[in-house]
Amino acid sequence: MNKKNTFKTFLGEIPRNLFSGFVVSLIALPLGLGLALASGAPPISGIIAAIVGGIVVSLIGGSKVTITGPGNGLVVVILSAITVLGNGDMYQGYLYTLAAIVLSGILLIILGFLRMGALGDFFPSSAIQGMLAAIGIGIFAKQIHVMLGNLEAKGSIVELLIQVPEGIFKFISTDNSSMFYAGLIGVVSLLIMVFYSKIRNRYFQLIPAPMWIVVLSVGLYYYFEMFSATDYPISKSLLIALPNDILSNFAFPDFGKVSQIEFIGAVISITLIASIESLLSIKAVDKLDPLKRRSNVNKDIRALGLATVISGFLGGLNVVTVIARSSVNVNNKGSNRSANFFHALFLVAFVLLFATELRKIPLSALAAILVFTGYKLAAPEKLIKVFNIGSEQLLIFIATLLVTISTSLISGILAGIIITFIIHVIINKNIFLFLKNVLKPNVLMFTEDGKYYVSVKNFSSFLNYTKLKSKLDQIPESQEAIVDFSLCDFVDHSVMENMNNYSETFERKGGHFEVIGLDDSKPGSEHPFALRKILPKHRVPKKGVLTKRQKFIQKISEEMHYSYDAFSDLEMKELPNFGYFKTRKIDKVSNVLTNNDCTIFDVQFSEGEMIAKQVIKATMLHIHTKTKLPKFTLDKEGVFEYILHFSGYKDIDIDAHPDFSKRFYLSGKNEEKIRAFFTDELILFFESNKQYHIEATAVGLLVLSNERVASVKEIKALAYFGASLQKIIEKC
Amino acid sequence: MFNAELIGVHVGKKTDKKEADLHAILAEADALKKPIKTVWQEGEPVQVILKTVVEEQIDLLILGALQKENLLKYYVGSIARKLTRKASCSILLLIKPSIIRQACKHIVVNGLKDNKTEKTIKTAVLFSKQLLCKKMTIVEEISQSELQVKVDDDKSLRKATIVKERLKNREDQRVKNILKAIECEDISIKMQSIFGTRGYSIGHYAKIKRADLLVMNAPTNIGILDRIFPHDIEYILSELPTDVLIVK
Repeated sequence: MNKKNTFKTFLGEIPRNLFSGFVVSLIALPLGLGLALASGAPPISGIIAAIVGGIVVSLIGGSKVTITGPGNGLVVVILSAITVLGNGDMYQGYLYTLAAIVLSGILLIILGFLRMGALGDFFPSSAIQGMLAAIGIGIFAKQIHVMLGNLEAKGSIVELLIQVPEGIFKFISTDNSSMFYAGLIGVVSLLIMVFYSKIRNRYFQLIPAPMWIVVLSVGLYYYFEMFSATDYPISKSLLIALPNDILSNFAFPDFGKVSQIEFIGAVISITLIASIESLLSIKAVDKLDPLKRRSNVNKDIRALGLATVISGFLGGLNVVTVIARSSVNVNNKGSNRSANFFHALFLVAFVLLFATELRKIPLSALAAILVFTGYKLAAPEKLIKVFNIGSEQLLIFIATLLVTISTSLISGILAGIIITFIIHVIINKNIFLFLKNVLKPNVLMFTEDGKYYVSVKNFSSFLNYTKLKSKLDQIPESQEAIVDFSLCDFVDHSVMENMNNYSETFERKGGHFEVIGLDDSKPGSEHPFALRKILPKHRVPKKGVLTKRQKFIQKISEEMHYSYDAFSDLEMKELPNFGYFKTRKIDKVSNVLTNNDCTIFDVQFSEGEMIAKQVIKATMLHIHTKTKLPKFTLDKEGVFEYILHFSGYKDIDIDAHPDFSKRFYLSGKNEEKIRAFFTDELILFFESNKQYHIEATAVGLLVLSNERVASVKEIKALAYFGASLQKIIEKC
Repeated sequence: MFNAELIGVHVGKKTDKKEADLHAILAEADALKKPIKTVWQEGEPVQVILKTVVEEQIDLLILGALQKENLLKYYVGSIARKLTRKASCSILLLIKPSIIRQACKHIVVNGLKDNKTEKTIKTAVLFSKQLLCKKMTIVEEISQSELQVKVDDDKSLRKATIVKERLKNREDQRVKNILKAIECEDISIKMQSIFGTRGYSIGHYAKIKRADLLVMNAPTNIGILDRIFPHDIEYILSELPTDVLIVK
């Protein structure tokens, strides 16, 4: 019975997954080509990885809305493997690297069966951050030259970075028109990537930024071909090379170097990065899943391993879970693994149908996408974020970053671990605390009055985090959990960060997660140490000078008899319940105006992750209603909403008010109750006022106009609207 | 208390000074129902005490102990530990003996699935009656491996939660059966099942709950391997959470 039902929902959700898979494939295509090029492999290898990954992982994987394909973290590793193993012959190196990829896939499968897929849990998080930043810098350093039309730049990461100003100068002063035009396309593409998220036009955003770049650059080619008298100025060497017979021309791995030390090193680093990148992505995507499902990490790692093996044999790159594409999938309402499957199918179709057009894409355009990706991985904000946690974290971060850049990835992460451990020992001035207790089971969990109580003893750091994690994972997220660190002498930053993640997950799923026992370890006390500090989420922001807007808001708050708090540490617990925030992550709430049950606030939230990440600040109004409401959403009627909601609920038309039905798009689950709720008076009110986007849960209303921070005037209007609306609803 | 004969064992030379000291101490203590018998002997402390235990047919050995061992002592073993590991009778380890007797408020007893458990619980009840302790918690430690379900996703989590509930009920039932045979109306007895490593969890629990006495089964046998890969009682011994009574 239940089985049939799930099958029915699966069938019902196929259209939207098909659509979502399509949008994702639009990103996956340029990214796949670009990542492969940046890795020094033939461009098609990235597409092969995405196709194989999409098919295999969607069939046997353990996560729900993730998208798999070639990952950006692996670019640097694979590039160095190809260079080292090939001894100058890139193609031969590529064949050796394919063998390494196959073996790393096998390793991943084994790790998955041993339930150790989550390698990332064994490393300090600042070290991982540093390593990822180093990878970002590696991608950036190499690709910025390609973006400027120069394929010749060679050398280590540091050398490449030093050459950047020279490269820019060369690009401006060049008389080589092919190089200049390629560079121009590259720069324009980069601008598209940067400014894409700033333009919040729905039609424009229907096509993802990387695809705009592809479409525009291919369009440019046809412009020269058909309308312009001059020839296409970019030479063939700066365009993508695809084999003529794409689906029968597979490269086969060469296992000739299996016993060599460089080969083994390559296998280990590929496996390490593949596991870490996949795990981070799976975790991040789980937080975005509107249905709040938990992914089976080890099952997913096994599937990724198998996909990697197959992909390697077909001449493709590693398959990992990728965050940017997955978040695009979630934003486009992908709801199950079939979206990943469809994305692979669309890729096959693209490659077969548009092979000629794909050959027209300049390398510089793809490099621009990667420059942006690299920048995002190593963005200065990350440095600031790490510094805010503590200067010792910055030390770990920078040390890992520098060692990774100057030597290799494995030595980088090892250096990160060692430095972290040394810092921990220095801070505690006690090495025995760690040596004596590292192998002891230090976590106790039991249920008490229906609550889960977890006590941690001795110390809790990245060294023994898996023990804590295995306990916490056994708690259903809809329950109440208390983690007590009062018996701990030391809690490190990796653990604190994970606790914060748990607390977010629990809140999302209706449970409660609390960390106690850290009150007496404030910063500046005996251990002036962020690692023991209370969760960053609860950190009250510093009192600052009010901005002009804040002062105005303060003024009108007095006029309207609202109370105002600019640096509120208030948590809007009701917000995640609204459908609007299902795929959006709330960062913080500030500038709160309250009056009885009405609250106006600025909320900062984010959509998507990585290059698809957009941080949005918006002003909203929340009304806490006393009467029980039916769940509904009310919106401006438009063609576009229709497309977006085609798989959701239908527009409810109210026959007595044709004008209202025409102008508003009303939808919800319980049609009868909604009809009963929308009395004539209420409809008249909506008709005669500004149209807002309104959402209702049982006990609250969320009103917002545009996805941005409102001006003071708009706040006034919003407050007035809210007050009147509240009055009418209370009457009903 | 217990109407038992107290035997003091002193290892070392019998001097007048020491004897005087001892008498002074005893004079301060409450009057005993039976006179104290003091054994004066020279030699290796552990051996001497063990021998005395056998010779005098002692039922309970009371020792003072360090709360935490350092690394060296952990492997070589202090006197108290050695005795605990080797003695043939029950042992009471006191970590903070105080001159004024602190009221014992909460006793934690292990409820392992073991033949000795019944006797241990009986002893614990006897003790709590003597010490006028009103609260007792029987902790059933259930090994994680008994769960047999690994939590990976929502489905396996649900399954694991159900299995846990079932195991908990089974253990509760087992302990209740033991309690039926014991007279313990005036003590409030609670049952708590914990999923975790045996021995360690109960020590941790006792510490969190600030129990005044922990009553444990005696270990079956302990070799050097057990100390390198510690389990059960070794955890408790390496970090005494409170006073511990080991029942043999």
